[in-house]
Amino acid sequence: MKARVTVTLKSGILDPQGKAIEGALKSLGVAGVASVRQGKVFDIELSGSDKAKAEAALKDAADKLLANTVIENYRVEVLG
Amino acid sequence: MKSAVLVFPGINRERDMARALKLASGHEAAMVWHAETALPRGTDLVVVPGGFSYGDYLRCGAIAARAPIMDAVRSFAAGGGLVLGVCNGFQILCEAGLLPGVLMRNARLKFICHDVHLRVERSDTAFTRGYNAGQVIRVPIAHGEGNYEADEETLKRLEGDGRVLYRYCSAAGVVDEPSNINGAAHSIAGIVNERGNVLGMMPHPENHVEDIMGCTDGRGLFAGLVAHLEAAA
Repeated sequence: MKARVTVTLKSGILDPQGKAIEGALKSLGVAGVASVRQGKVFDIELSGSDKAKAEAALKDAADKLLANTVIENYRVEVLG
Repeated sequence: MKSAVLVFPGINRERDMARALKLASGHEAAMVWHAETALPRGTDLVVVPGGFSYGDYLRCGAIAARAPIMDAVRSFAAGGGLVLGVCNGFQILCEAGLLPGVLMRNARLKFICHDVHLRVERSDTAFTRGYNAGQVIRVPIAHGEGNYEADEETLKRLEGDGRVLYRYCSAAGVVDEPSNINGAAHSIAGIVNERGNVLGMMPHPENHVEDIMGCTDGRGLFAGLVAHLEAAA
């Protein structure tokens, strides 16, 4: 089973890296970029086939390690 | 003072730290590998040194904070034991939940490696009794992620309880925008936990302890810890 955990900065948290990327995109002339926030994507392969169990395990993984919930939100998707 | 210096893969300041501890206390520090599950018996002080544990993968300090030895550090701290985290060690203590907040990328995105001035905010703590309140000391920093941030309520509590022990300042001791080297909230360089027995700081006092280093301003922190433990004994 394949799954994806996406970790993003909470709104209101300053993201200097996102700002720098935003500036670079603007200087490249990419049209219509209003703002950029940088995050992380984890593609995870799971051995079982129980979707509910997989979601619970991924939430556990995100809470314990993948995200720092002081500053980050996460989203768990089991892709099947 | 019996010190235990934690060693994680990628840490590189552990020997500087051990040298400073030996100089201040006369005792060899024990080097404790991250996979251990217990601290040496009779440990007075646990030090989480600086460096780049696990290559700063995922987030600075995130993986080291979940190492087996950290459970022992957590119970040591819960029992009132002294814990000092410097640089990556500060990041690890925040990730481990022993200190509030988080160290974000420096506001101007650059890795910064030079001396800074710090104002010692109070002298009545284990980690500052070697200094006078308001004293300005010069110590080096070397980090890319030292921009301390916490939510408004946490900052209010830190300030209200006098838990900010070290603040970035000018040579004259003025806390202002230009001296706030990494953009940290309230120019915070070092904070303690609620109980006052766990300190995290970004600057490296262990690198200013001998004349050959060009400055000995870092000595006070270690001398203070030794004096604190002697007074408690």
